Amino acid sequence: MCGIISVIDRSGEPMDGSAIKNALSLMNERGNGEGAGYAVYGAYPDYADHYALHLFYDNLVEPKAIVEQELEKWGTIEVSEMIPTSEQPRLRREHIPWRYFYKPYPKSMGTAATEEDILIHIMNKINTEIPGALLFSTGKNIGIFKASGWPEDVAEFYRIQDYEGYQWLAHNRYPTNTSGWWGGAHPFNLLDWTVVHNGEITSYGTNRRYLESFGYKCTMYTDTEVVAYLTDLLARQHALPLELALKALAPPFWDDIDAMQEKEQTMNTTIRMAYGSALMNGPFAIVVANSDGIAGITDRIKLRPLVAAESGDRLYISSEEAAIRVMDQNLEHIWMPRAGEPVIGRVR
Amino acid sequence: MPIGSTPPKFRVRIDQDQCMLCEQCIENCPYGTFRREGNRILVNSRACTGCHRCIAMCPRDAIDLEEKPVAYRSHPIWTREAREAIFNQAKTGKIVLAGMGNVLDVPPIFDRLLLDACQVTNPSIDPLREPMELRTYIGKKPSRVEVTTKPDGDIELLTRLAPNLRCETPIMIGHMSYGAISLNAQLSLARGAAAQGTFMGTGEGGLHKRLYPYQDHMIVQVASGRFGVDIDYLERGAAIEIKIGQGAKPGIGGHLPGEKVDESVSGTRMIPVSSDAISPAPHHDIYSIEDLAQLVRGLKEATEWKKPVFVKIAAVHNVAAIASGIARSSADAVVIDGFRGGTGAAPRVFRDHVGIPIEAAVAAVDEKLRKHGVRNEVSVIASGGIRDSADVTKAIALGADAVYIGTAALISLGCRVCGNCYRGLCPWGIATQRPDLTARLDPDIMWENVSNLINGWTLEIAELMGAAGINSIESLRGNRDRLRGYMLDENLMNVLDVKTVGAGA
Repeated sequence: MCGIISVIDRSGEPMDGSAIKNALSLMNERGNGEGAGYAVYGAYPDYADHYALHLFYDNLVEPKAIVEQELEKWGTIEVSEMIPTSEQPRLRREHIPWRYFYKPYPKSMGTAATEEDILIHIMNKINTEIPGALLFSTGKNIGIFKASGWPEDVAEFYRIQDYEGYQWLAHNRYPTNTSGWWGGAHPFNLLDWTVVHNGEITSYGTNRRYLESFGYKCTMYTDTEVVAYLTDLLARQHALPLELALKALAPPFWDDIDAMQEKEQTMNTTIRMAYGSALMNGPFAIVVANSDGIAGITDRIKLRPLVAAESGDRLYISSEEAAIRVMDQNLEHIWMPRAGEPVIGRVR
Repeated sequence: MPIGSTPPKFRVRIDQDQCMLCEQCIENCPYGTFRREGNRILVNSRACTGCHRCIAMCPRDAIDLEEKPVAYRSHPIWTREAREAIFNQAKTGKIVLAGMGNVLDVPPIFDRLLLDACQVTNPSIDPLREPMELRTYIGKKPSRVEVTTKPDGDIELLTRLAPNLRCETPIMIGHMSYGAISLNAQLSLARGAAAQGTFMGTGEGGLHKRLYPYQDHMIVQVASGRFGVDIDYLERGAAIEIKIGQGAKPGIGGHLPGEKVDESVSGTRMIPVSSDAISPAPHHDIYSIEDLAQLVRGLKEATEWKKPVFVKIAAVHNVAAIASGIARSSADAVVIDGFRGGTGAAPRVFRDHVGIPIEAAVAAVDEKLRKHGVRNEVSVIASGGIRDSADVTKAIALGADAVYIGTAALISLGCRVCGNCYRGLCPWGIATQRPDLTARLDPDIMWENVSNLINGWTLEIAELMGAAGINSIESLRGNRDRLRGYMLDENLMNVLDVKTVGAGA
């Protein structure tokens, strides 16, 4: 199960979080109260040049001091604050959500390392070596808000309606592989990439070991994490256009590739042979986003539902049409994407 | 002082009431187990190898064969095999030869690995209704794909793929040379492999003309003896394999006795009739990884970089480091042959005591290649003791791209694993060059057995993948999460990098 919904305003017009909260709650049949979360692009216009680091702390003593020491080694903390929350009767507080607006020192890791490399290093370091701290969001001008709870409780807890952004992703979780915990709730984020996912990635073992050979460390105990890393590897590190990166994750079947015209066939064969270990198997419907837009895709035989709809500048991608209709009554075009066929919406 | 005879291994009996004196048993047994005296068939059980040819050919089912109970005083340490090996060696003073694979009683690790299946949270996929992709490309892959986006938005591919073998199944047939096995056996294997869209190895005995029709499905081998190797041979193969070692006898060479080198074998191997064909233990131009790299590139240069070049090694203690060196030598695939690999003839002591199991070797190699960041660029082929589709599936989950089968393919031709291949009298016409025996194997019929076997296993792999919710072989490769260790010790599970049964995700 699990329910996903996402929206982009292609003109860049901001939307507040109230509508998506209602849409996500509509899909409570798809969750079990053990995880929900929201991502918003454009959340922090005042700190748009800074990396917004979102963490869970178990306490504000030991882990926080070690994390800050690590952060200060590689850059400057501009703002350090508790993420505003309001207690909810049904939501058990397990961690303290914290955020930093952070700027890494360029070249602090040497001439070849980029800011992104520094952030990935920090994320690996915190999540594998600092007990009591979990860094789960590292993007610029992106806010990720998640917890174990029902969508409406998580939204109220973080006061989602107070945030505004030009694209939103939200997720209602019914965990099966791992128990519900705050870190395992979606969305997953790595730098500019954010992922929500419905399904189970049966190729996880292959994908994880492939990613590990590039230095990624999977620490969230869930298969969704690999999607964010795979996208980062293919689209950022290997500089593939998003369409091709998604093709690597859910490539056409060989029979279809064999029937293609030569140029297309060569492209698809090359992608599939080079990135066979990045191919994601099993049932999934995912939406991946970066600051340029959102893209929804299902597995190659569409074992999970995905619906897309348009209304003016807005593109919606969700598990259910009904959820989209909660957000927008006047849809102009609504369709079910074919298996493995990406739906992409970009900011103009 | 003579040691005297040892008890026969088998007891053969004829039901005289059933026997109709057709003499099929006499005709079919090249070991001379049967003879006729008057109106009876008499049996010399001592000659029997347990090859079952007589049983298969008896029209009246009149023959019974059983392993003879040990007639020695029982002893847990000094087993019958241990004692008889000493008797044999005391008589001959020579190295004791043995056929087929390791016979020691150690449980295959494969049997202690269990596969996963989907239930509820994740649907299993039905291969009868949904596409299931087992196509496997063997060869070098680019570490990344480079493209450029033109001003009109068109994406242009800059990366060019190296030549790969396209296999419709991850099952290939390993190298068994003409000489070690008969031409009819090779023809059956080649046609069977071609029918399934896969490949077979020539072994080191050259490529006989009659195999030319199947050359697009054959991997030609360059072993230390360099038998039959010339530019025509290299160009005919779909790929080239350099054999450094094999699982049944790591660290030693090969030896085809002169008696087996008839006119035809001589022509194919390019050696004189009746001369011993000796493959030295090392290649005499390879004494280091650099030398190997030169040969890899030399063979590529000779064939204009149009063919993948594989390197086959036996699974030994530092197999991972060796494989990593090979992976970075321009080789397109590393073949690893485990200690259960079969062979026509190996010193018994090597067959049973040298090398390591393929399961551990594949896991270690896959891990090392990943650490060195080259796993994705080179293919890994596992061989040596693959008995069924479950073994294939587990080998791939541990990290292999594909497997070679050897003994299993011979069994599909009738081989009963009697282990007497080195005597050249194979009653099934497989491991022999004697014309009356090779004539027993009709390649026009037997290729279907080979093809059926590969097809059957391929269907089973598809079912196993579907049960695990996987519809492309790429997602099975190295997917150790789909395995659990059962009654394996912790150290071994660490090497295999699998969790124990009962451990969740």
